[in-house]
Amino acid sequence: MDWIYAPWPWYVAGPMIALTMFFLLLIGKQFGMSSNLRTCCAAIGGDKVADFFNFNWKKDRWNLMVAFGALLGGYLAATYLSENSVDVSPKIANELSEKYHIKGAGDEYLPSELFSNELLFEPHNLILLVLGGFLIGFGARYAGGCTSGHAISGLSNLQLPSLIAVMGFFIGGTVMVYFLFPILF
Amino acid sequence: MKYLIYLLIGTFFGIVMYKSEAASWFRIYEMFRFGSFHMFGVIGSALLLGIIGVQIIKRKNIKTINRREMQLKPKNKSIPRYLFGGIIFGLGWALAGACPGPMFVVAGAGYLPIIWVILGALLGTLLYGILRDKLPH
Repeated sequence: MDWIYAPWPWYVAGPMIALTMFFLLLIGKQFGMSSNLRTCCAAIGGDKVADFFNFNWKKDRWNLMVAFGALLGGYLAATYLSENSVDVSPKIANELSEKYHIKGAGDEYLPSELFSNELLFEPHNLILLVLGGFLIGFGARYAGGCTSGHAISGLSNLQLPSLIAVMGFFIGGTVMVYFLFPILF
Repeated sequence: MKYLIYLLIGTFFGIVMYKSEAASWFRIYEMFRFGSFHMFGVIGSALLLGIIGVQIIKRKNIKTINRREMQLKPKNKSIPRYLFGGIIFGLGWALAGACPGPMFVVAGAGYLPIIWVILGALLGTLLYGILRDKLPH
């Protein structure tokens, strides 16, 4: 029964992501998760502060269902299909533990120092997580897409703009872990 | 009823994200530190299959199940918005360890602090909407 709980290797996971994109294309939609954030802003009355949210968001309710499904999938996978631990490379696990005192690699799915429910209102974590989310939301809309919209959908369609965006993702991501983590953590 | 198919696709996607560990903060840190091939393999193999599939769709002119054109419109040409937006997104992705799909997956898995990430992402989206006309695109 161990195979049920074991993580999927990259060559299983990658094709499944492509399959998700093709399912959506086949029913006339586009694979792009960050659009849901704009839809939510429109649904809660964002059109009062910016025209950017003045559109018929009800047409995008299908994508909110995809996001809700992702939430459900996360619940099912974590509850029934996983041991909820992630084995990263020993070098990385060691580095996280020694430099940042993040010790859960190999035992946890997410670092408890950041994501344990007991620390929900811990101010330092709260600020870091809101900041991370803020950059994700602002950047995704500015770039016109996130990992699913650019790195998967856009690059699959050989779009140069998506290549520029993905290069940006990696510039930002490496700057964060190489230069800003030592300051933030 | 028509929304059930979207719910199913989303659920499938959520399980894939969780089981591939693409929704793990540890894996995202490892990816941006170039510490293992795993995430590059996940994205790379999705992409390889994606490119082949989209080429087939275009050459054979495959339509949606309702016999309409597929949503494969070319993106507007520009550099600043993709580069600056991309960099800002990357900073956030590495810090929060989750991009907009996995943040919902992680919420479903029961990690409550991800709510702050989702809230922050909504605020970021809102501020982009307000500042949009003042930014170089």
